[in-house]
Amino acid sequence: MYRSLADAIADAEARGLTLSRLALETEAKDQGRPVEEIRDALRRALHVMNGAVARGLVGDLFSSSGLVGGDAAKLRTGPPGPLAGTAFRDVLARALAVQEVNAAMGVIVAAPTAGGAGVLPAVLTGLAAAQGIDEERVVDALACAGLIGAVVAERASLSGAEGGCQAETGAAAGMAAGAATEMLGGTPAQVGHATALAQQGTLGLVCDPLGGLVELPCVFRNATGAAIALAAIEMALAGVTFAIPVDEVIDTMGEIGRNMDVRYRETAGGGLAATPTGRRLAKERLYDIKRRS
Amino acid sequence: MVSLLDIIGPVMVGPSSSHTAGACRLGLLARCLVGDTPDRALVELHGSFARTGEGHGTDKAIAGGLMGFRPDDERLRTALDIMEAEGLEYRFEKTTLDDDAHPNTVRLTVERGNRKSVMVGSSLGAGRVVVTEIDGYPVSVTGNLHTIVLVAEDVKGSVARIATILSDAELNIATLKLSRKERGGDAFMVIEVDERPTEDVRDAIRGLPWVKWAFRLDKVSG
Repeated sequence: MYRSLADAIADAEARGLTLSRLALETEAKDQGRPVEEIRDALRRALHVMNGAVARGLVGDLFSSSGLVGGDAAKLRTGPPGPLAGTAFRDVLARALAVQEVNAAMGVIVAAPTAGGAGVLPAVLTGLAAAQGIDEERVVDALACAGLIGAVVAERASLSGAEGGCQAETGAAAGMAAGAATEMLGGTPAQVGHATALAQQGTLGLVCDPLGGLVELPCVFRNATGAAIALAAIEMALAGVTFAIPVDEVIDTMGEIGRNMDVRYRETAGGGLAATPTGRRLAKERLYDIKRRS
Repeated sequence: MVSLLDIIGPVMVGPSSSHTAGACRLGLLARCLVGDTPDRALVELHGSFARTGEGHGTDKAIAGGLMGFRPDDERLRTALDIMEAEGLEYRFEKTTLDDDAHPNTVRLTVERGNRKSVMVGSSLGAGRVVVTEIDGYPVSVTGNLHTIVLVAEDVKGSVARIATILSDAELNIATLKLSRKERGGDAFMVIEVDERPTEDVRDAIRGLPWVKWAFRLDKVSG
């Protein structure tokens, strides 16, 4: 797979391909498997994503600690806000839904990770539903997202323990922004700008889960990560460009991650986890989990 | 090389790709060292695995992996109960390994019958793992393909002999890494193959007089 989005964009433009087609062909060659087999695997992943969205929207799941759950359904049935009836609100609901399933040890697709698993399905399936986009184009979008994620894995990191939340929900926002931009008709160059715009908006984001559990704020960070992705998609499709090349933005995320204090890298030593309430809730809830198990 | 399907995947039981799915895969790999579900295991957790593992179900995931459950198996949720019901003795401890160890690292000492092996492995994020040490020998096994690891005396023609055993078994070699600490010292081979080698293949390699030990590790991703 590619180590540079600039190289991938240049190759796609030179060969007149979409980035998703380029990603599928490159993966097929790397793995010695036909393109259709790769698409079949991505389609199965999409079906698991759809299942997780639907499961989470029911609203009856709670995490083992009880810290999170039931909020996705509120965006379906709760009082309207200024975004009522929009795809934006639906995307937020879907992001919370998948992450609530994850926190309850349900089955999800780690894309790129479990902690950031809500962003990509929320953005892709939410926008596909709103715009009547068929399943095969969503499968292609997943290939594009995979290409972007592979570049982030090579150049920076996809691990909160290494790079903070910018490497999980931040990377997911970049992947979702780029993939949805292509799905909605954007050019490969616009995909690059969408990814850069989303990733820049999450630079420095720390991983500070209460008690180290993938619950709070992870569930909500998937919703806000999806919101950043939507902002990036809207800007990129409108022709907004980001002056720092996308590979350099990704490198920056890696650099910030490497220099981030260990307290902010999934250790529950800083950030929201270290607030008085964060510490108290973690202590109470972890005690509950131990007592029950 | 990173694969698209590593990024859009794995399909897994939550909540953490590194602390749950990756941990499960490390358990699956350690299981291979004794050929089946270990009767006893010491699981030593380092770094973030030690600090936040419990809340992420890292203990359940490793126990599940040792019992042969894959990352998308919903039995992982109750793996510790299953472990107890099966009478398996898995102990979990917190430890501090080398400073340069990856934050999510585990040392697994697994026993089954009279077999015992020690494996060190790390979870790199997004469910990807790497085994860095087996029985004190440095290795690099990702579990992305079926793998044979072996230590041999540094004799001429050893690679050719092993390649012949593999080709006779119609196994296609994907990658082969050969290393040794010094001339005439032990040669270390990590061979990734496209199809799962049979026990006969492993035993044929073990039967070579200059092979000190050999293991077969399963493909655990994809």
